[in-house]
Amino acid sequence: MKRHHLGLTLFAAWLCSVPLAADDGVFDQYRDLMGDDNPAVFVIDEGEELWFMPQGPESATLEACDLGLGPGVTAGAYVRFPRYFADADAVMDLESRLVHCMTTIQGRDLEAVTAKPYSLRGDFGTEMEALVTWLAAESEGATIAPEQTHAAERAMYSLGEEIFYYRAGPHDFSCATCHEQSGMRIRLQALPDLTSHTGAAEAWGSWPAYRISQGLVRTMGWRLRDCFRQQRWPELQMGSEASIALQTYMAVNAAGGTMTAPGLKR
Amino acid sequence: MKALTAGITIILNASLMAWTVAADEIEAVLHNSFVAKNQATMERLERDAVQTACSAPRGMPLDNDMLAALREERLNAVVLPADGQYLGDWQRGAEVATNGRGLQSSDDPTQPNGGNCYACHQLAPGEVAYGTLGPSLTGYGARGQSQAMLQYTWTKLWDTHAYNLCSHMPRFGAQGILTEQQLKDVMAYLLDPASPVNQAAE
Ligand code: HEC
Ligand code: HEC
Repeated sequence: MKRHHLGLTLFAAWLCSVPLAADDGVFDQYRDLMGDDNPAVFVIDEGEELWFMPQGPESATLEACDLGLGPGVTAGAYVRFPRYFADADAVMDLESRLVHCMTTIQGRDLEAVTAKPYSLRGDFGTEMEALVTWLAAESEGATIAPEQTHAAERAMYSLGEEIFYYRAGPHDFSCATCHEQSGMRIRLQALPDLTSHTGAAEAWGSWPAYRISQGLVRTMGWRLRDCFRQQRWPELQMGSEASIALQTYMAVNAAGGTMTAPGLKR
Repeated sequence: MKALTAGITIILNASLMAWTVAADEIEAVLHNSFVAKNQATMERLERDAVQTACSAPRGMPLDNDMLAALREERLNAVVLPADGQYLGDWQRGAEVATNGRGLQSSDDPTQPNGGNCYACHQLAPGEVAYGTLGPSLTGYGARGQSQAMLQYTWTKLWDTHAYNLCSHMPRFGAQGILTEQQLKDVMAYLLDPASPVNQAAE
């Protein structure tokens, strides 16, 4: 696992020094070269440790947390998200479900656990990033199959579709501006068509992902926040309805695809 | 975390035969999902007539008379340069076309905005890092500098919807993204025979 680490660091340094396309084959070569050496492996271990670590006033681990397949069941749980949880009477993404478990099971303060879900450049990763990375890895290779049985889950999909096309802000951008055609790019960055099954499956299935240029694992919640920043909108909040709706839209479009996360990105 | 689905009302519009979410419900959801950050204020979530008309998911039936009227309105609202001069300095225009910053929460509002034309268009053949959301504009100057061409290009940059309602291109003049001088400079970048846009690749 640590065999290629120096090579990886050098390769990463070189990658960051030239403006490269995500679609010019270099990344595929990089992935082949590195095999299992996605630096996210270290974050996966950290996430697993955090799951089993007693925390909060209740000094509880997260083992009682029900991710939809029963308390403590982590294998294959992530590919069923976003989904409706009766105990919260809400459709939740993985991030908001974890927040729910931290507050209800560990007794932790809502403000405290939501204060800084995503790390800034130069930080170490956050607890949320580590947990999401481990839980995604627990679904690696599984088929993406988000729940769409409850009316609230289907409503979330419709809402997500509407937000996907909602044009606003000084540049009139919506997600669709950049992500409703296939084979397009901005500068050299390839843009997935998230309205198509193929594009959505590749994108949804590869997050959370290790960002080489930032040296951090990023979650899908962060990816959406950063696209909204480029859209010139205000800041998307983790676990917000808009975030869950867009994730539902992408996950349902991706259904039938394979979860490959944690991915490796520019 | 509050009950996240409570705010959504689903209406079945019989004539569309599709599930849609009422516009005011979406606005309420957005207002609960974002917080203002630096220059990216919450008002940016409100839509004007063009944005509202152009937010329909693919496959939704559209009211063509309404759209034609809206396009006409945009055309009438275009502000041409007061002094009748359309062309500035292509070298400064190159900077406008390259610069992708401006109006993001992470941008310094005291710095000039960019036009970020290279995000979507190929321009100078020597620049390989161009996007493909828009058509290639390499050699654009070959179309000449007739009054009609100057007005067409200015209008396209001022408000793209004046010609092509629901175009994906930003409204650089109408939305105040670029100043009149920056628009003139980028016009020169497109049209000046000396601009790299109009030179053959070496
Ligand atoms: C102004 C352009 C723009 C807009 C608007 C935009 N994005 Fe993106 N998006 C990008 C770019 C560029 C990338 C690739 C970034 C990179 O390679 O680092 C990207 C990447 C992504 C990815 C990751 C794809 C992958 O396979 O890794 C997802 C998912 C995504 N965007 C979703 C969205 C959603 C949902 C919206 C609307 C909320 C949106 N984007 C709005 C430009 C945009
Ligand atoms: C977010 C994408 C985007 C950006 C940024 C953008 N454009 Fe465009 N542009 C388009 C698209 C898409 C079209 C084609 C559809 C249309 O005409 O509306 C277009 C069309 C044009 C045309 C008309 C082309 C023709 O053949 O008549 C011109 C001229 C143009 N753009 C110039 C510019 C300049 C100059 C800038 C920067 C100041 C710019 N664009 C920035 C997307 C963009």
